[in-house]
Amino acid sequence: DKQRTRRSINRIVVLTNADDEEELMEDLNVDDGSVDSGTEEPDCDGSERKRLKLLEAISALGGKKKRRIGERSEAAVNMSEFTVNAEGEGDKIQLSDLIQSANETQTVPLKTRKQLKHLQQQHNTLDSPLSKQETQRIQRDVAFQKTAAEVSRWKGVISQNRQAEQLVFPLNQESAGPKPMERVVTSWRAETPLEQQVFALLSANKQPTLDPVLTPVEKLSQRAISLEEAKIRRAELQKARALQSYYEAKAHRERKIKSKKYHRVQNKAKRKEFVKQFDQMVKTDPAAALEELNKIEVARMQERMSLKHQNRGKWAKSKAIMAKYDKDARKAVQQQLEVNKDLTQKLVRSLNDEEEEEEEEAAVGEPELMPDFVNQAESGLDSSNPWMKAQLPEAYAERLEEESVGVTPEKAEMEVNKAEEEEEEEEEDNREEEEVLLSQFEQRRKLSRLQEADVKLVPQVENQEEEDAAQESSDHEEEVEEEEEEVVEEQLAHFTSLFQAITKNSQDDGAERAAPVQMEEGLVRIRTVEDVELLTEDLVAADQPPQSDPAPPAENPPSTAAAAGKSRKNRRGIELTEVLTKDTVDIDVPLGPTVTETEDTSEEVKGQRGLISEAFAGDDVVADFIKDKRKHEDEGKPKVVDLTLPGWGEWGGTDLKPSTRKRRRFRLRSVPPPPRKDQHLPSVIISDKRNSSITLHQVESLPFPFTNPSQFESTIGAPVGRTWNSEQVVRKVTKPKVVTRLGTIIEPMTQEELMKGKQ
Amino acid sequence: MKVKVLSRNPDDYVRETKLDIQRVPRNYDPTLHPFEMNREYTRALNATKLERVFAKPFVASLDGHRDGVNCMAKHTKSLSTLLSGSCDGEVKMWDLSRRECVRSLQAHEGFVRGIVVRFCGTSFFTAGDDKTIKQWKMEPPGYGEEEEPLNTILGKTVFTGLDHHQKDAVFATCGQQVDIWDEQRSTPIRSFTWGVDSFSAIRFNPVETELLASCASDRSIVLYDMRESAPLKKVIMTMRSNTVCWNPMEAYYFTSSNEDYNLYTYDMRYLERPVTVHMDHVSAVLDVDYSPTGKEFVSASFDKTIRIFPHDGGRSREVYHTKRMQHVICVKWSADSKYILSGSDEMNIRLWKANASEKLGVLTPRERASINYNQKLKEKFQHHPQIRRIAHHRHVPKNIYHQTKELRVMKEARRRKEKNVRKHSKPGAVPVVPEKEKHVVAVVK
Repeated sequence: DKQRTRRSINRIVVLTNADDEEELMEDLNVDDGSVDSGTEEPDCDGSERKRLKLLEAISALGGKKKRRIGERSEAAVNMSEFTVNAEGEGDKIQLSDLIQSANETQTVPLKTRKQLKHLQQQHNTLDSPLSKQETQRIQRDVAFQKTAAEVSRWKGVISQNRQAEQLVFPLNQESAGPKPMERVVTSWRAETPLEQQVFALLSANKQPTLDPVLTPVEKLSQRAISLEEAKIRRAELQKARALQSYYEAKAHRERKIKSKKYHRVQNKAKRKEFVKQFDQMVKTDPAAALEELNKIEVARMQERMSLKHQNRGKWAKSKAIMAKYDKDARKAVQQQLEVNKDLTQKLVRSLNDEEEEEEEEAAVGEPELMPDFVNQAESGLDSSNPWMKAQLPEAYAERLEEESVGVTPEKAEMEVNKAEEEEEEEEEDNREEEEVLLSQFEQRRKLSRLQEADVKLVPQVENQEEEDAAQESSDHEEEVEEEEEEVVEEQLAHFTSLFQAITKNSQDDGAERAAPVQMEEGLVRIRTVEDVELLTEDLVAADQPPQSDPAPPAENPPSTAAAAGKSRKNRRGIELTEVLTKDTVDIDVPLGPTVTETEDTSEEVKGQRGLISEAFAGDDVVADFIKDKRKHEDEGKPKVVDLTLPGWGEWGGTDLKPSTRKRRRFRLRSVPPPPRKDQHLPSVIISDKRNSSITLHQVESLPFPFTNPSQFESTIGAPVGRTWNSEQVVRKVTKPKVVTRLGTIIEPMTQEELMKGKQ
Repeated sequence: MKVKVLSRNPDDYVRETKLDIQRVPRNYDPTLHPFEMNREYTRALNATKLERVFAKPFVASLDGHRDGVNCMAKHTKSLSTLLSGSCDGEVKMWDLSRRECVRSLQAHEGFVRGIVVRFCGTSFFTAGDDKTIKQWKMEPPGYGEEEEPLNTILGKTVFTGLDHHQKDAVFATCGQQVDIWDEQRSTPIRSFTWGVDSFSAIRFNPVETELLASCASDRSIVLYDMRESAPLKKVIMTMRSNTVCWNPMEAYYFTSSNEDYNLYTYDMRYLERPVTVHMDHVSAVLDVDYSPTGKEFVSASFDKTIRIFPHDGGRSREVYHTKRMQHVICVKWSADSKYILSGSDEMNIRLWKANASEKLGVLTPRERASINYNQKLKEKFQHHPQIRRIAHHRHVPKNIYHQTKELRVMKEARRRKEKNVRKHSKPGAVPVVPEKEKHVVAVVK
């Protein structure tokens, strides 16, 4: 029990302040005393009295000093009213006195009784309290332990930050702009009456309490439009409505028009419009285009099945009869057929994948969308359906004409070139336009002649076709056909003649061009990089000449010779022969074509190579290198050391020389060194000597974090620049360790950082 | 005839907008770019040279004080504001961007010993030799108003240091004892004594905000917890520490500037030996302040120089001095970690760049990239003698140069002697004491 109390006392000592603690100790001592003096007579007669007495004793102990209550017999400050003193009042109370009753009562368990008996035998006293210094030391130590443990929480964050590849300060960068209140204030409630009032007001007026950006009213007002805007909008609506009514009226009026021609024109325009739209649709909305295409396809199928416009009907037959005499009727029939043709014409469906593939398989080289006239020309050959030819003329002819116009100027120019070979350029410019016009005239004349020839050829074919046609259709139809066919044939002839002319021209051109290409092939042999450069220059030069005319060969030789001489002089800077181990083989080359070329390129050659050679006139790098290498080789060669001493063992004098035997004897030849490593490498010098100028830049000892040289070497050897690494790698590798922003206050680390780390 | 033509896909070379960078096709085949190490070495050498060429750290000098600048304080919210107190009791407020004094007030009789800005930035405290602590408004008084402190506390003894809590209305002073004050009360809420009669500096820990460290005249550094009734621990060193500064990013590290020319970085949990001993000064170190990034700190010394040390490096990376700068008494590192401010004996405050060769202002991305690359190269080749030679070369005044040499000789002599003693005595009788342990005398619990 005592031990326990001591322990508790100790604990109290540690935890409480010094003064408090002293008081407490006193109290405890007093308590002990009270226990001592309290119960002394266990077997008194009246229990009531006993209790009173105990109470009195305890109350008497409340004061600091233990007071003895004197008998009445003598004068004393405190008198016992009962004139009797309790027996042994001043005696100390023993633990045994307290627990005697416990031993007697049967309700106390045996175990407790044993423990009490054991305690009775011990007579240890309490330790004296620690000194003030000592207790403070303990307090400090405890506090330090606590603080150290608390501070150690930062260990993870600190080590993490130290190892971090990049730290961006300030650490907790917040995004700019307003933030909702719940993010700023996590646990905040309106508590004071003022706050409550304010919030009540806010909520009553539908002001935002959480999101500070906009009130609902503000949002509404934002959404609402101003009066002016509303006016403008109304005006727009009015206008739209008026336009719609106009449009409706117009459409109604147009529908009422009875003129067929008008409608035809209209329809045609519409169709054109539709085609245009369709073209656009193909680009913008392929799905819709495909649908349209399907519609057309369906219409075509229906047409083919129904034979509606095939002129088989009653009306058509009557018209056919009438057609012989009536032009209108003829036209009507024709139109019918046109419609039929339009409808039955199969469309090239570039959009449909399967068909496209099939087409591709069929004709790989052909373009996807064939020009119309090609198909038409083919169908034109199909004599079984003469109506198919009907459409050819207009667009086709136009296109042909365009082509002819497009082609002629080129040819004209070429002719001009031919014609003006000897003339100067200024005159050329002046005359060009006239020449072009003239040549165009000529061209046309030629073409017309060709056409005439074609026309003469055609009739035979025509006759055949006529016969075929006669078998099928009636007379007037033939007439129509004839007329049309004549037109067609004419234009076809026109086209073919043109085509022939073009091909002829192109062939001529080809022949002209082929000649220089062939000659070039044998000209240059590539051996070094410089040669390649020369070659490219030549090629560039060769590409240019066709425009310029080949000059008469008689003039050229002197100039070329001069140019060649110049170029040779220019090349003096670097002598290839010194580098090359083999001799160059001279190649005989036909002079003519080269002559023209060199003359053309001479200026350019002079321009580039001349500049370079002028710039590097002084330094003959290759020769220097060879000299250098020779020097190195000579240094490495064994040297003969002459140790002969004239006059030693024989006569010496001014005119006397040591004997040859002696000289031979005392001349030391060192052992020849191993062959040089760069023996077979003409453009390399390998030196094994340590270069002191380099050692100046070399690391002498292994720096700290590295453990072995290879590690260090690999680190140094890995390049970080963008010459060797991709942009991302460079950015990653060269990331600075610490990034701070100019003009931003970096706050010290906060406890939130710790929380972040824990999460 | 078929003519083959070179054709390129426009997507490969056409930019979408004119602001896009031109796409440059690159071939990273190493055989095409030989001598990578040599070329990078040359680049690194050039970068190092340029760095030295552009190293112009001195930005401005602020003059106006009529006595030595004894203490300075950074504004907690404004980067361009600086407060300084001088030895004649005058406090000046400076606008750094304009480089001029915006306000000056006679705060104390005698020295202004300590000055600190409240965490909110609306007021500041000064402590002086006249045994008073005064709280002042940050705004200057209006026209016709007297310059008066918001609050004045009359103390019983002289205050030698002052610091404010990071986020509570509590501040600490030191003098004969360390006092913790509530802003609202005129008596300290707590006083710490530990058998010492004089403290020279006190600092709150900015991270673990309840901790304090102070330097005492018995050559000790004492740690406190504001919540405890007694101090925590103290370490006694061979010589007195002048000031102490906590690392703002690493809670348990602090650095003290010592009279023995060194600075010591301690882990507060293990005071038996400092983590690092920072040597380079040739006279007593008077002040120290950490960079807000916690990666470096700056020290001011009686030898008329400022040095910048890495937080874990034993040697300084930079030394700043000018002909006219005398003993540097106080030093601060600006809150954006770009500048250093030093107040010295000859009444001037000087503004320095923290990185001597750094280009200040907005950088274009390419500029930044090239700076980063150069930095990386310098770091990569830092061990090469030529580069190290150039990078480490600093010009110092003659007396510092000679003193450094002298110190080196002395140190070498001491080392040699110790070695000889060890050689001639019984093995183990003269133990090898590492440098870190030489300076700690005792740790008192």
